[in-house]
Amino acid sequence: MGIEEHLGHNVLTTTLEKLVDWGRKNSLWPATFGLACCAIEMICTAANRWDIARFGMEAFRASPRQADVIIIAGTVVKKMMPAIQRVYDQMSEPKWVIAMGACATSGGIFDSYAVVQGIDKYLPVDVYVPGCPPRPEGLLYGILKLHEQILRDPFLTQRYKEGLQARREVAA
Amino acid sequence: MNKAVALLQEKFPEEVVEVVEFRGDTAIEVKPDRLVSICAALKDGHDTGFKYLSMIAGMDYSPASPRFGVVYNLYSHKHHDRITLKTRLADDLAPVIDSVAKVWSTANWHEREIYDMMGIRFNGHPDLRRILMPADWAGYPQRKDYPLRGQ
Repeated sequence: MGIEEHLGHNVLTTTLEKLVDWGRKNSLWPATFGLACCAIEMICTAANRWDIARFGMEAFRASPRQADVIIIAGTVVKKMMPAIQRVYDQMSEPKWVIAMGACATSGGIFDSYAVVQGIDKYLPVDVYVPGCPPRPEGLLYGILKLHEQILRDPFLTQRYKEGLQARREVAA
Repeated sequence: MNKAVALLQEKFPEEVVEVVEFRGDTAIEVKPDRLVSICAALKDGHDTGFKYLSMIAGMDYSPASPRFGVVYNLYSHKHHDRITLKTRLADDLAPVIDSVAKVWSTANWHEREIYDMMGIRFNGHPDLRRILMPADWAGYPQRKDYPLRGQ
């Protein structure tokens, strides 16, 4: 009755890279990290109506060491930035960053001394999700875009570390 | 007349600068020098009993001089009465006033916030350091001459 019946006793061939990327894409574990109203939408995305478990992401990890992706969900104030940087640094490679909402993307309406004007000043962002806050559908669309990107990633490179290093050199 | 005004005019006649009554609310401006004694008297007086300090606000009246002020909002549960106590600080460059943290312990964090945002120092405060901004922050963000986007 299962898929075995349709496949029969056949052999499927693929590259190791495709297999690894497919595995990574379907088991992205997000770090539990909410900052503001976007976090409420992120929590909704995890709840039953939108059900982030469909994408293998239901395991929100309280430890960054077990997480693959960090969703920056909300306004980042400058006092919070060292904590976020630390959480990000503690995540093991490969790792991805989603900037959720206007604040994480650009500072949003908070054009102020206290707010980081876009998380991409500090972290290499892979996907930006616009909205204030984005609805769960928006976040899921961003996650699907990240999936597409992961499928294109060569899996043995240090792309993220190099990208971060380049950004630091530009900033310095 | 408000009981608090009567008390201050009896005990501290030299300190009261101005009394404003507006639609049932009383605001008293006093000189800052004997502020702690005034607050203690308002808190412990039998007819006043302002045991509760609702809020302290730091004020920047720039470009007026004296530039800085501190405003205390007091509440008396006993008499269901509110007053606003205002002071203006003499020094425009290094504003300083006595801490009332010994009178109302809630003043501790309120005064830290005003120090953090306005740069007004509080003499005798037990732990005067920044409360909202990072500890190494330069400048006082709520001052009127502070740029909105930071320095």
